[in-house]
Amino acid sequence: MSTITLADLRGNPRRLRKEAAIRWILFGAAAFSVVVSGLIVLSLVRETWTFVSQVEWSTVWSDGWFPRRGLYDIKTLIVGSLIVTVIAMGVAVPTGLGTAIYLSEYAKPRTRRILKPALETLAAVPSVVIGFFALTFIAPEVVQRMFSGAPQQTLLAAGIGVGILLIPVIASVTEDAMRAVPSSLREASYGIGAKKVTTVVRVVFPAALSGVVASLIIAVSRALGETMVVFIAAGKSGGSLFETNPLEPGLTMTAGMASIAAGTDNVVGAALTFQSLFFVGMVLFVITLALNLLAGRFVRRFRQRY
Amino acid sequence: MALSTPARTATTITPEVVRARLQGRRVDVGGRIFRGALLCALLFSLGILAILIFNIASDGIGVLTSRTSTFVNGTLRSLPSQAGVAQGLRGTFWIGVFVVLFGFPLGIAAAIYLEEYAPSSRFTRFVDINIRNLAGVPSIVYGILGFAILVDTLGGVTGGRSVVSGGLTLAVLVLPIVIITSAEAIRAVPSGLREAAYGVGATRWEVVRHHVLPYAAPGILTGTVLSLARALGEAAPLILIGAVTDRLGSNPSVIDVGSLTDRFTAMPNVITTWAGQAQSGFRANTAAAIIVLMLIVLVANTAAILLRNHYESKRLGH
Repeated sequence: MSTITLADLRGNPRRLRKEAAIRWILFGAAAFSVVVSGLIVLSLVRETWTFVSQVEWSTVWSDGWFPRRGLYDIKTLIVGSLIVTVIAMGVAVPTGLGTAIYLSEYAKPRTRRILKPALETLAAVPSVVIGFFALTFIAPEVVQRMFSGAPQQTLLAAGIGVGILLIPVIASVTEDAMRAVPSSLREASYGIGAKKVTTVVRVVFPAALSGVVASLIIAVSRALGETMVVFIAAGKSGGSLFETNPLEPGLTMTAGMASIAAGTDNVVGAALTFQSLFFVGMVLFVITLALNLLAGRFVRRFRQRY
Repeated sequence: MALSTPARTATTITPEVVRARLQGRRVDVGGRIFRGALLCALLFSLGILAILIFNIASDGIGVLTSRTSTFVNGTLRSLPSQAGVAQGLRGTFWIGVFVVLFGFPLGIAAAIYLEEYAPSSRFTRFVDINIRNLAGVPSIVYGILGFAILVDTLGGVTGGRSVVSGGLTLAVLVLPIVIITSAEAIRAVPSGLREAAYGVGATRWEVVRHHVLPYAAPGILTGTVLSLARALGEAAPLILIGAVTDRLGSNPSVIDVGSLTDRFTAMPNVITTWAGQAQSGFRANTAAAIIVLMLIVLVANTAAILLRNHYESKRLGH
């Protein structure tokens, strides 16, 4: 008869060593994501600091964004981004919310199984494709028909294009939030004699509100960060005067960065052109980070409640 | 104050009146209008998709059918009737390779750590929030990261403005998406499965390797394929990395590994360049290039969605 010793219970040392090694490898992978964040901030800060410490500040609040001529009017880009975002939200909020409410509350399971993948297909369309569509279809068939005399490349056409990109974003987050509302709430509402529309508008939608708000914030953040649609369909490359008319070509923060980068081979003009790209990137990064943190707060709220 | 007399309101109560009151109006007009408006929103979203596909197909199908081989094998040129997408396809292929080789294993490993190993500590929570925020960073900011680190600092290794830099940047870009979707798939694995495996003496890694990962595999696969589709459609970070926008001299074959550190372009950037020249006869070429890109992206995407539906219904079955 043999006795069990402590060594037997400790397990095979080779097996334990392998276990520990794997644990460290996996930990390394998770920690890498923190490294990525650190490197993003580092890459932005380095050249932004050069820009901030050397730029003549009167050029940052001037008549327009012409980085190659030493005019870095940041408000031109921010206002351009805001115009595009407002137009995009105008298109995407009613459409996205309507789609989400229909899919979650009205569609039969079978209809939903067909429609949901179609919506996911729209979400998968690359933004360059939407940019081309905005330029070759939305601009001539929608914008120029409604406003005769408008040029082909306008902030309006770009904004509608970005709106199309946002529809699936808003729809999918809102639909998740509405489906997370427990059916007991709906049943209680029917039980006291409420109609379907009353139940949806007065009970389910308010219960899902934090999720809806989160979806809208995420959409704003995506609209501000969207590059290719504006780069292709809004027309201005290189520089733009301060412009508030959506029926004119314009430039956003993202498109401004892309057009500096697209021409880096032949950087001429002011010495800070290249650094201004990082400065705009920093502004964009800070704004979207704030919006994402805010959205995360709302998402946690609706996840916790039910 | 006199109480309202029941007689005044109830004089005409008969069984018919009660029945009518209980039934209410036959048609809920407001409800119908609301439902109609919602349906319009849905049809609008799908209508856009249909118009988009129809427009691009009708613009581009001519080029693809009339000169398939010169278009697929041709290079970037200034003459629309000779220009082709070979260099773009090559770049997109290699970007896909880098995303699969670097983005997927790193992301899945991080997800395994967060779901199966991580203690619920402050650091874990920080990593979690950090990943969610990374998922919301605009793609062009990843381009800045790629430019500053891979092109500038590590230019000696990556070759600077090369497909290596571009591919690695996009691998990093999809990393948070891979982590989030994989973590969700791993979380959905029933804990009974883990407990049974621990019960017979398996180590943590053995539990993960033999039980958790096989069960979560379809979910992980769906997430990774969707993120691959996203990476292949990205153009903005590659513009910052320095994807070529006008003409690219060399046209190496797809498998020529030695030229990975040379300058490059990818399908989305070819489309961007040509879209800028839409007025000078490149419109049909752009649409044709879009069809090629969409085929790649949508095939991957549809496969992922079908796979998910298949496994979802199978799971519900038992």
